[in-house]
Amino acid sequence: MSAYEPVIGVEIHVQLSTRTKMFCGCELSFGDPPNTHTCPVCLAHPGVLPVVNEEAVRRALLIGLALGCEIAPRSIFHRKNYFYPDLPKAYQISQFDIPICGRGEFRALREDGSELLVGITRAHLEEDAAKLTHAGGRRAGAAESVVDFNRGGTPLVEIVTEPDLRSPSDVALFLRQLRQTLLFLGVSDCSMEEGSMRADANVSIRPVGSHEYGTKTELKNMNSFRFLERGIEAEIARQEEIVGAGGRVSQETVHYEPDTGHITSLRSKEESHDYRYFPEPDLVPIAPDPAWVEELRAGLPELPLPLRRRMVGEMGLSAEDAEVLTEGPELVVYFLEAAALADPKACANWIRGELRAQLREAGVEPWQSKVTPAHVAALVGLLDAGTVTVPAAKEVMAEVIVSGEDPADVVESKGLGAMDEGDLAAVVAEIVAANPDQAQQLRDGKNKVIGFFVGQTMKRTGGRADPQSVQRLVREAVRGD
Amino acid sequence: MIDDETVRHVARLARLRLSPDEEQVMREELSGILEHIDAIRAMDLDGVPPTTHVITLENVVRPDVPVSGLTRDEALREAAHATDEGFGVPRMD
Amino acid sequence: MGLRDLTAAGQIAAVLAGETSSEELLDAHLAAIAADDVDAFLAVDAEGARARAREIDAMPERPPLAGVPIGIKDALSVRDVVTTAGSRMLEGFRPLYTATCVARLEAAGAVVVGKTNMDEFAMGSSTENSAFKNTLNPWDHGRVPGGSSGGSAAAVAERQVPWTLGSDTGGSIRQPAALCGIVGMKPTYGAVSRSGLIAFASSLDQVGPFARTVEDAALLLRHMVGRDPMDSTSLDWPGEIAAPTATDLSGMRVGVVDELMGDGIEPGVRAAVDAALGTIEELGGTVVPVSLPSALSGLATYYVLAPAECSANLARFDGVRYGPVAPAANLLDQYETTRGDLFGPEVKRRMMLGTFALASGYYDQYYGRAQRVRTLMVREFAQAFEKVDLLASPTSPTVAFPLGDRTADPYAMYMADVCTIPVSLAGLPAISIPCGLADGLPVGLQLAGPAFSENALLGAAHALEGALAFDTRPPGLVT
Repeated sequence: MSAYEPVIGVEIHVQLSTRTKMFCGCELSFGDPPNTHTCPVCLAHPGVLPVVNEEAVRRALLIGLALGCEIAPRSIFHRKNYFYPDLPKAYQISQFDIPICGRGEFRALREDGSELLVGITRAHLEEDAAKLTHAGGRRAGAAESVVDFNRGGTPLVEIVTEPDLRSPSDVALFLRQLRQTLLFLGVSDCSMEEGSMRADANVSIRPVGSHEYGTKTELKNMNSFRFLERGIEAEIARQEEIVGAGGRVSQETVHYEPDTGHITSLRSKEESHDYRYFPEPDLVPIAPDPAWVEELRAGLPELPLPLRRRMVGEMGLSAEDAEVLTEGPELVVYFLEAAALADPKACANWIRGELRAQLREAGVEPWQSKVTPAHVAALVGLLDAGTVTVPAAKEVMAEVIVSGEDPADVVESKGLGAMDEGDLAAVVAEIVAANPDQAQQLRDGKNKVIGFFVGQTMKRTGGRADPQSVQRLVREAVRGD
Repeated sequence: MIDDETVRHVARLARLRLSPDEEQVMREELSGILEHIDAIRAMDLDGVPPTTHVITLENVVRPDVPVSGLTRDEALREAAHATDEGFGVPRMD
Repeated sequence: MGLRDLTAAGQIAAVLAGETSSEELLDAHLAAIAADDVDAFLAVDAEGARARAREIDAMPERPPLAGVPIGIKDALSVRDVVTTAGSRMLEGFRPLYTATCVARLEAAGAVVVGKTNMDEFAMGSSTENSAFKNTLNPWDHGRVPGGSSGGSAAAVAERQVPWTLGSDTGGSIRQPAALCGIVGMKPTYGAVSRSGLIAFASSLDQVGPFARTVEDAALLLRHMVGRDPMDSTSLDWPGEIAAPTATDLSGMRVGVVDELMGDGIEPGVRAAVDAALGTIEELGGTVVPVSLPSALSGLATYYVLAPAECSANLARFDGVRYGPVAPAANLLDQYETTRGDLFGPEVKRRMMLGTFALASGYYDQYYGRAQRVRTLMVREFAQAFEKVDLLASPTSPTVAFPLGDRTADPYAMYMADVCTIPVSLAGLPAISIPCGLADGLPVGLQLAGPAFSENALLGAAHALEGALAFDTRPPGLVT
């Protein structure tokens, strides 16, 4: 047990998936040739002025409402001044003392069912920087760098948390579930790899039991949850080593090298940052109409945490079912539509299990396939009513995947319906008669032999027999001999 | 008054190279101007809110609809150090 | 009387009457520009102007401005026409778009002949801060035309074009208009789109007209105002800018700002302004003293706010996307050398001042306080306009001063705007009209009104103009 407790807060940058940039009408693109989505505004030509993208405001409000933030009745933009080639105006239009979304909180659910409460300090709107490509890939020593302004000016929401996190695994858990929430809201692609979601962590340690904060370092720009978790682990270990040896942690920006597992300092040559924030005179305040805010609040989708609680509590799903099915908004919607029409637990099993397994090869997700949620519910209904057996149902599903036909019609046309008891009894009797040795073994109490008869029967009936009925009929037939 | 160190610090923040002579002239001139400006530091401004805008507009926004911009050739036309694809900048160390 | 002696309205009438054509007007003015001895223009686009003039001449129905030529301050972006803002930082720069106000005038039938000289990035009161050349005052070639829109003012006074556009942040239209003996107007903040105006101080900058008559100024302004989707701070102008017709001032209450009639005003200027106040009364107006206690703090307030905003607005000039760049070994060096070499002394001075005023530890003392003084200024103007319809003062405390006279003392230069700055801080409209001569040099009278009172201001200025009968022709000008 370490003598120190880590104290961690995170800053998350989320690129909004609007059609156009934050302050100009250039279309957002990912992967297009460099500098093919620019205009005088996002190139900061002399005399240009920013104009706020209304959809970015709407999405920032959605994020704030989902995080339980206070919505500022009147927020303003500020200029944050610093020179860098990816920032064409040499200031970023951001928000400073009056962000659009103020205090809120986020609840995440740990695997053991306990809750992780993370305070949200703020969420504000700003614009993204352009992309710098460095010859040789590294910044230092690059002979020349090239700037691509396609990404420059993409709308961003920066979410800042309180220093409420106490372990790297909680940070990862929080970020995963925050990401899920953002995906549910449909505001961003939230791809860590593509950089549409980026997280920085402020890490410090303090003696267990202390209420003071230690000096924090800022761990920059991890491009996956795994690296972020590992990076924080490494940074905590580094700080513990320093403090353990009687040293002091210095306030700096650090970087985690995934290849070596080392923490390196990103000490820039630039002297202390002085961003000289001041109110952006080219923009006017954002004062969202309270009626609009209420409309947005009422229209929020059901968010992952309450939804998962409902799935477990009311629908009888396992925690794991709930976790898997709330992975993304499309899957949830798919499941909920099916669950409204048939037994939710059975729907969950079929969607998580057989359906995804069968679709995996084609690389298709359930909501993209020909199998509708109503099809899933229909199949579950057919099973419930004993109309089809489980093996036949799998076959029906395979057929629906190809044809998109109604499961009941498939059962009909392919003759996959469960056999009638009389017919089945006749088949069983025939098999028992044809295998007298095995029948004797069963009579002698070798119960394992029952499997042989079930297998034979299933083979003969092409899966249209219910295995439990078959067992019963075999025993009756053997006794009857 | 403003000292040499402040002049150098501010010049660095503003990314302005000043010769030693310019630095000295700048220190003197800025000090002189600040003496005049100091008048506002003596004013009683208790309870007076700041004015950023003289206009009272709010919520000026545009719809999220793409507008055609510049071709790459146009975008790079005025750049002194353009490459085929982008804007060149020297090494950053 | 030659074509150049016609006002813009007169030229339009002549075109519509078939007495002349847009191309003929262009030729007359291009010839005057070619013979220019006041150095008003930085660039002339004769070819583009001729093509446009011919196009307009071929139209079955002439647009409202009928192809009359216009000069544009070099702070305004005109697509493909070199636009430098008077700075080596933009030497050779060809913009990729046209400023909204210019595009609107072009659509209304104005023919852009070229770009006029100015103080670098509009910082200055004499046009001596242009990186390229000095512009001379048409009334006395040994004197400055005022600034920062000195080229636009001199071009109109010299009758090289009947009207021009300027931009006014702390007085950059009104003060050169006064010094060159013509009419210049700064509209209400937000009335004219700033899109395409190379920003100096965004919360103060406004584009406005120069002309020899109030009628022409009104006509030009009519085609510029109105909300622009490219400028979030632009407003719908309520109604329309009307052609001014007033010939008297009966019932008009005119306040004279005590604080702006004090010691700093040259006696000759004061005498001319006093005489104009007398004329106001003769025309039926009432002249009453009013006080704007914060007016004299305006200069200090302005010299915090404007440099602070400019320090951010001019940060984009780094040699990466446009403009010349200094050879450098690394990025920091490129930034510092390019900016250190290509900005002139006044621009550097203001950027230093503004950076300082925003820097950590100084913001509250300087920028924060200046914004609060600005609030006082807004309130005092509002109170004054409860009592009077318009405010009158000198436009400039002095007449045109000799070239080189004030370049050594920045603050002395700043004093040139002491009367115009308070109005700018309050975002109000104001017009300067010539009201007489002092030592043979023009004196300007500034009239200011509440927001969107342009029609009232233009009306009063028109009535006064008629009564004062100032001759705008500089001595010795041959047309």
